[in-house]
Amino acid sequence: MSDLLTIAGRTFRSRLMVGTGKYATFQLMKEALAASGAEIVTVAVRRVNLDRREESLLDYIDLNRYFLLPNTAGCHTAEEAIRTARLARAAGLSNWVKLEVIPDDGTLLPDPIATVEAAAQLVKEGFVVLPYTTDDHVVARRLVEVGCATVMPFGSAIGTGQGLPDPDRLQRVIDAVGGRVPVVVDAGIGAPSDAALAMELGADAVLVNTAIAKAGDPVTMARAMALAVEAGRMAYKAGRIAKTPVASPSSPTEGLVGKPAQA
Amino acid sequence: MQLVINGQAREVPDGLTVAQLLEHLDLGHERVAVECNGEIVERERFPTHALQPGDALEIVRFVGGG
Repeated sequence: MSDLLTIAGRTFRSRLMVGTGKYATFQLMKEALAASGAEIVTVAVRRVNLDRREESLLDYIDLNRYFLLPNTAGCHTAEEAIRTARLARAAGLSNWVKLEVIPDDGTLLPDPIATVEAAAQLVKEGFVVLPYTTDDHVVARRLVEVGCATVMPFGSAIGTGQGLPDPDRLQRVIDAVGGRVPVVVDAGIGAPSDAALAMELGADAVLVNTAIAKAGDPVTMARAMALAVEAGRMAYKAGRIAKTPVASPSSPTEGLVGKPAQA
Repeated sequence: MQLVINGQAREVPDGLTVAQLLEHLDLGHERVAVECNGEIVERERFPTHALQPGDALEIVRFVGGG
């Protein structure tokens, strides 16, 4: 049975999005993208280097197969992010943007207020906005109210691989906006188990970059992430059991050998 | 004429259009986006947008990112 991810009217089979940063080589990235089964891949927008001819990332990404999601990484203010989003759109591939507004304080934690402001402006300008945000459900709700196509709460800080230290907060985000827009857990995923947990909580998708790009074997890790996302999604749909403080045996308590026969 | 491209002053032939500048910079086949004096230059206008001395340009492309 199909279980498609729909964002702003566009459907995707894969619920794993992957980043294209931090790979040792473009060739390795290309193989990892293929192994991940991802359809949405993120890219950054940077000045062309005029002094030195550099390989082009896009020579390694088949645009018939992958949908590019440009980000505004590196933007410290709403204004910078809006300017970068406009440039990304002008490249002529789509009007989608992964909005990131991250103050320059070394934590890589997003500025939620500036993110909401930038999102509102970009939505007005016709962008499909997928904002990177904290795991604060009130902020998530605000992002939906200004017209974002998803919310992308972090699991933990970008590049830390610390996974989901606070699943309850993430659950609140999912409960607050899930069903209205897809919730994509972005940042902090370190291992497939983190990705699976995010999906088990009811996230609609997961975005992974560092945990694949910096793995010992990125191609195999990409595949492992794909399987984890699929397993987590299936588990969510199947409905996990409730946690209880009381043990209950899985084997019959009757018919044990060496006991008096029961009446 | 002198332009400021990606923050660097650069001498280029007079009277170039954006498309000609990109060829001049060996970027003709690269998928780039261009901003001139803070305004986006749409791709359709690359062949007709004539550059003026002193114009400040941003020329960007997609790179690896998360």
